[in-house]
Amino acid sequence: MKTMFRGAGFLGLGGAIWGNAAYKLKASELTLRPPGAVAEKDFVKACVRCGTCVEACPYNTLMLATIDDHTAIGTPYFKPRNIPCYMCTDVPCVPVCPSGALDLKTIAREVGGKKTDEPDINKAKMGVAVIDKDACLAFWGIQCDACYRACPLMGTAITIEFRRNERTGKHAFLEPVVQRDVCTGCGLCEHACITEKAAIFVLPRNIATGKVGEHYIKGWEREDEQRLHNLKEKKEKETSPEDVLNDWEDLLDDD
Amino acid sequence: MIGKICWTMIKRLKRNRFLILRRIFQAGLLLLFAGANWWGWTLLLGNYSSAYVLQLFYLTDPHAVLQVFATGFIMSADALIGAAIVLLFYALIAGRSFCSWVCPVNMITDLATCLRKRLKITKKENYLNFSRKTRYWVLGLGIILSAVLGVAAFEVINPITMLHRGIIFGFGAGWTIIVALFLFDLLVTEYGWCGHLCPLGAFYSAAGRFSLIKIKHSAENCTLCMKCFSVCHEKQVLQIVGKESGFIKRECSNCGRCIEVCDDNALKYSIYNYKN
Repeated sequence: MKTMFRGAGFLGLGGAIWGNAAYKLKASELTLRPPGAVAEKDFVKACVRCGTCVEACPYNTLMLATIDDHTAIGTPYFKPRNIPCYMCTDVPCVPVCPSGALDLKTIAREVGGKKTDEPDINKAKMGVAVIDKDACLAFWGIQCDACYRACPLMGTAITIEFRRNERTGKHAFLEPVVQRDVCTGCGLCEHACITEKAAIFVLPRNIATGKVGEHYIKGWEREDEQRLHNLKEKKEKETSPEDVLNDWEDLLDDD
Repeated sequence: MIGKICWTMIKRLKRNRFLILRRIFQAGLLLLFAGANWWGWTLLLGNYSSAYVLQLFYLTDPHAVLQVFATGFIMSADALIGAAIVLLFYALIAGRSFCSWVCPVNMITDLATCLRKRLKITKKENYLNFSRKTRYWVLGLGIILSAVLGVAAFEVINPITMLHRGIIFGFGAGWTIIVALFLFDLLVTEYGWCGHLCPLGAFYSAAGRFSLIKIKHSAENCTLCMKCFSVCHEKQVLQIVGKESGFIKRECSNCGRCIEVCDDNALKYSIYNYKN
C-alpha cells in the first residue's frame, strides 16, 4: 500500500514534469513550416521528426528544430533571412513525407477546377510577408525594389504603388505592397531586403492575418453579394420576448 | 610467438563476436543515415522514427505511430504500413533486438556501464534504486500525455532520435540530454535508462514476448560460473539459469553477451518452441 502510494506520487510528479516540458516544447506559433504543411496544430501532432524533408531540400533551407529553437523539437522549419525557400517546381520536400504532416493535396495543381497529383508551389502558404514601413527605404522616397524583384511572383504577390512625394514635389514613392492572398511566404523578399534588419519579413499566416467574419458582405462585389442570397433564413423563434417576460410562474413559491 | 599472439587475438574476437557485429550494425545504420544527408546516398533516408528504405518503402517506429494515434491524428498509409512491418518483424521474429542491435543510445549507455565497471562504481552504490517495471509506467504515461497534450509526448524528449539528429543535423543544446543520460547511467543507476526507464524498450519487450529468435539455456551444461549474470543488462531475465532448461524471455534484448562469455555452451541463439 505504501509503495503503491509512493509509486503513484512519482508517476504524478514525472507526468507533471514531462507534460510541462512537452507542452513548452510544442508551442510554436511563430515557426515557418515547409510548403504543403497542414495546419500548425495538426502539424505538431503528425510530424514524426524524421528529417526526410530536410534531406530532400536541395538548398539547405529546411532545418530540424533543436532544444533551443523554441519550437517542437525535431520538426522542420526555416529562417528566410538566412536561407529562403527557393520554390522548387517539383517541391521535393513534400512527397517524401511519410506522416502526412506535409500534404501534397494542400498544394495540388488545379486544372479546370480539378485537383491533380502534380504539385504547384505557387499555391504554398508557408506564411505571409509583412512590411515595416518605417524601416523600408522605399517609403522614405529612396528607390529600392529589391523585394519586388526578388519575389518569384513579381507583380502579383508584391506590387508597386506609386505615390507623389510631396516633400520634394517632383519625385515619386515606389511603395511595395504585399498581396496577402497571393504571397506564398517563401521569404525571398526577406532574404533580399537591403536594410540592416529586414524591413519585409515573413510571419506565419495565422499571426500576420486578421479575419473579418462571415457576417460582413461586400455588397459591391457580385460574388460576395450572392452569399447573402444563399443564406438560409433562420426560423423565427416561436416564443416572443413578451412570452418570456410574462412567464413568471417559476418565480412564485408554492407556499 | 606471432602465432600465439594471433591465436589470442582470434580468441578475443570470438569472445566478442556478437558485440563487434552489433557495433558494426549500429554504426553502419548511423553511417547510412548520415550518408543520406551529407553525400546524398539513397539507401536509407530519415531516422529511427521513420526511414525511407531504398526509395521504395517506409519503415516507421510503431511506438511513435501509437503516440500520434493517441493525439487524434491519422497518419498516412505509408507510415502505418511501415509501422506494421516493423512491429511484425520484432513481434514475430526478432523480439527486443532493436535495443541492442539498432538503437544508437545503446552505445552511449554501454560505454557508461563499461566505465562504471572500470571505475568500480558498483551496483551497491546506486544512488537511486527503482523498479525495472518503471518503464512500463513510462510507456503508459507517454500515451496518456500524447492524448492530453495533442503532441507525441515521448518523441518530444526522445534521446534516440535526438542523438541521431544531433549527429547529422547538429545538436543545438540537445547534447546536454545525451550527456545527462550518460551521467545518469554512469553515476546514478546502473543500466538506468535502457534497463529501467526507456518506454521504447518496454514497448518492444511487450511486443516481442513471443518472437521466434530467443536465447536458449541448457541447465545440464551450466556450471553456475555466473559470468552471464555479470554481463547481462537485464539480469532478471536470467532467473532460469542453472535451474531449468528453457528460453530466456521478457526483457531480453538478444544482445548475445551471455553467449559470448559462457564457457560451457549453456546458452545459445535458438528458435522459440511454442509447444513448451
